[in-house]
Amino acid sequence: MKKDIILAGVGGQGILSIATVIGVAAVNLGLHLKQAEVHGMSQRGGDVQSHLRLSDKEVMSDLIPFGKADMIISVEPMESLRYLPYLSKEGWIIANSKPFINFSNYPPIENVINEIKAQHHNVVLDADKIARESGSLRSANMVILGAASPFLDIAFENLEESIRFIFGKKGEDIVNVNLKALNAGRDFAVDVVK
Amino acid sequence: MQKLVLLGDEAIAQAAIDAGISGIYAYPGTPSTEITEYVQHSKEAKQKGIRSNWSSNEKTAYESALGMSYTGKRTMVCMKHVGLNVAADAFVNSAITGANGGMIVVAADDPSMHSSQNEQDSRILSKFAFIPVLEPVNQQEVYDMVHYGFDISEKYKIPVMLRITTRLAHSRAGVQRKDSREQNEISLPKNLTQFVLLPAIARKQYKVLLEKQVPLEAESETSGFNKYFEGENKKLGIIASGIGYNYLMENYVDSKCSHPVLKISQYPLPHKLIQKIAKECDELLILEEGFPLIEEMLKGYLNVGLKIQGRLSGEVPRDGELNPNIVARSLGLTDTIGNPIPSLVTPRPPSLCAGCPHIDSYLDLNAVLAEYTPGRVFADIGCYTLGALPPYNSVNSCVDMGASITMAKGASDAGLRPAVAVIGDSTFTHSGITGLLDCVNDKTPVTIFILDNATTGMTGGQTSAAMGRLEDIVKGLGVEEEHINILNPMRRYHEENMKVIQDELNYEGVSVIIPRRECIQTIGKHKKEAKAKEEAK
Ligand SMILES: Cc1ncc(C[n+]2csc(CCOP(=O)(O)OP(=O)(O)O)c2C)c(N)n1
Ligand code: SF4
Repeated sequence: MKKDIILAGVGGQGILSIATVIGVAAVNLGLHLKQAEVHGMSQRGGDVQSHLRLSDKEVMSDLIPFGKADMIISVEPMESLRYLPYLSKEGWIIANSKPFINFSNYPPIENVINEIKAQHHNVVLDADKIARESGSLRSANMVILGAASPFLDIAFENLEESIRFIFGKKGEDIVNVNLKALNAGRDFAVDVVK
Repeated sequence: MQKLVLLGDEAIAQAAIDAGISGIYAYPGTPSTEITEYVQHSKEAKQKGIRSNWSSNEKTAYESALGMSYTGKRTMVCMKHVGLNVAADAFVNSAITGANGGMIVVAADDPSMHSSQNEQDSRILSKFAFIPVLEPVNQQEVYDMVHYGFDISEKYKIPVMLRITTRLAHSRAGVQRKDSREQNEISLPKNLTQFVLLPAIARKQYKVLLEKQVPLEAESETSGFNKYFEGENKKLGIIASGIGYNYLMENYVDSKCSHPVLKISQYPLPHKLIQKIAKECDELLILEEGFPLIEEMLKGYLNVGLKIQGRLSGEVPRDGELNPNIVARSLGLTDTIGNPIPSLVTPRPPSLCAGCPHIDSYLDLNAVLAEYTPGRVFADIGCYTLGALPPYNSVNSCVDMGASITMAKGASDAGLRPAVAVIGDSTFTHSGITGLLDCVNDKTPVTIFILDNATTGMTGGQTSAAMGRLEDIVKGLGVEEEHINILNPMRRYHEENMKVIQDELNYEGVSVIIPRRECIQTIGKHKKEAKAKEEAK
C-alpha cells in the first residue's frame, strides 16, 4: 500500500487537521508515515501545502516526487490546481468549490472549476455549504476529507475512530458535527463516482 | 518505549528532555521555533524544572547555554541559520573554551529561502569553528543523534552542532523514544582557566581544539551515522549528505541502487570512508542539501584527479533545495511530472492580516511621506517587512535584524533628511537597542518607529522581550522624553498621528514613535485562552 497525498489551501484554513485525522488512522493501522508541512512566512494568508505520505514500506523522501501523487485534497479551488505537476496521470483531485479570495485578481470562478473538471479524476463540492447543513461551517475540512475517503485505501471506520480520538477532548457535540460532515462528504463523492 | 509521531523539531525537543538537559535557550526563527515551543508546552519538562523562556537574541541565548554547560549541566541552544551569524562570536570562541556539561547547538537552515533572507549553510560555519556536526536524515535519527551528541560533547568537552533543514524540521514521522536520563549535578570545570581566553591561555586551548579533531574524525568513521553501502556498478559512486540521502533513496524504493553509496551525517568528514569510495569508483556524484561543501573539499581548487559531479559542475542546480526529481535527473533516471499549472492560477503571496496594526502605521507614515521623494524608509525583519509590497510600498530595506536603525543613521549621517527607521518590538530588543544608543550619542536626526504589536508576530506570536516597557528602555538610553511618542494606529486617529509624525520628521535629533496596538492573531489567541480558563473554572 502506498498513498501520496498533497493537501492544499490558504494559510489559516486548517489543512493540517485533515492531515492529522488521516495520520492518526494510518499510525493505528501500523503504516509508515511522513508529513511535510509549511510553517512560517507563507502562513500569513499565502498558499500552503502539506505532503502526506503513507506506505507499508519505509518512506524515504519527505517530499512527494512530481508526477507521483495519488491525490490532491484541497480546501480551496484555485489552490488545487497549483499542485497539478505533482499529480500522477491516474490521480484524483478532490476540491472545495468555494473560493477563498484574499487578493484582487482572483480568476473567474467558473474557469477555475472548469479547469478542475478537465482533470481526469475529480470530485468538486461546495464543502462550506455541506458543512453548514451538517451543523458547522468550521467542519468544511471534514467534508472534504469525507469526499476523499473512498480513494484513500483506509477503511471509513478508521477515519471515524480517528475523529473520535482527536476531537474527543472537545466534547461529544464537536465529535458528532465532524462525523456528520465526514459522512456527508463521503456520500457526495460516492454519488459522483457512481 | 513509547512511539510518537513528531515533527523533526519536536523530535529534537523530546530527545533533549529525555537526554537530561537542564535548560534550553533560543530566540524564535523559522524553521527552528517549534523546538523550544515544544519544551515550553511539555508537562514533563515542567516537572523536571527545565528552563525554556525565550532569550532576547541568539547571542544571549548561546552565551547563557555556554554558562549552563560551564556548570556541568546539559543544555541546548536553538536558532535559525542567520541566528548563528548573530551568535557567531560566542559560537567560534566556545569551540576554543570547550564545553563542560553536554552542549548542543541546533542550526536550522532554510535552503530555497522559504522564510529567510538567505540560504547559508551552517556546516560551513562549523568547519570554520572546528565544531563537529551531526546532520540527521529522518526524525528517528534526529532523536538518536541528540542523545549521541550529548555523549560526544561531554566526552570531548566541545559544543556539538545539530544541523537540520526546513523539510526535516517541519515534517512528521514516527519516533521511538529511549529511556530518559537524569540531569547532571553542578560540577564546575576541573581547570578553572578553561574558559578564560586570554591570549596565553587561548593559544593553548586552541591547540587542544585542533588535537580534538583526530578523535572526532575517528567518531565519524565508526559511530555508524556515516554509512557505506556496497554496489557493483563502480562507474559512479554517490556521496549523499543529510536529507539528500532520502531523495536519492526515494529513487530506489522499488529497486536496489547499483552504485556504491556513502551516506554522510557526521562531520568532520570520515577520511577513510571517503577514500574508500573514491578509490573504488571511476567518478563521484555529490548530493548535498545546501552549499557544495563536500564537493568543494573533494574537488580542491585545481580539480585534477577524479571527476566529481555536483552543484559546482552543473549536474545538480547550484542553489536551492534538492528534491527526488532533481536527484533523478542528476543520475540520468527517468523524470516524472504531472500536468502543468493552468495559466489562470495566480500567485498568492503572504500579506498583512486584515486589521493588522502595521497597516495603519504604514498608512499614517505614507501619508506624511507623500510630500518627500521616495526611498527614505529603512525597515527590518518581521511581519511589517510585508510593507515593502503593494499596496503599501512603504519601506526600502530589510537586511538583518536591527539594521533599520543603524542604516537610517548612516543615511542621516550622509545628509539624507528625513531618514526613517521602522522596526518591530521584538526586533528592537533583539538588536535595535545598541543602534539607538549610537544615534543618541551622536544626536543623529532620525525618526524611529518601533511598531509595538505586543508580540513576535512573524514567527507565530511568541512573547516579546520588552512587553510594555519600550518607552522606559528608550528613555533609559537617553532619548529626550518630549521626542518619545506613543500612537494608537487606528483609522480614526489618522490625522492626529500624521501631525505627530510630521513634527518629529522636522526635528533635528533622535525621535522615537511607538505605534501601539496588539497583533490581531494574538488577540484572538489570548481571548480563546481566557475563555478556556473561564470555562475550566
Ligand atoms: C537573526 C534572526 N533571528 C530570527 C529571525 C526570525 N525572525 C524574523 S522576524 C522575527 C520576529 C519579528 O518580531 P517583531 O519585530 O516584533 O515584528 P512582528 O513580526 O511582530 O511584526 C523573527 C524572530 C531572523 N530573520 N533573523
Ligand atoms: S500576525 Fe499580527 S503582526 Fe503579523 S500580519 Fe497578522 S496581525 Fe499583523
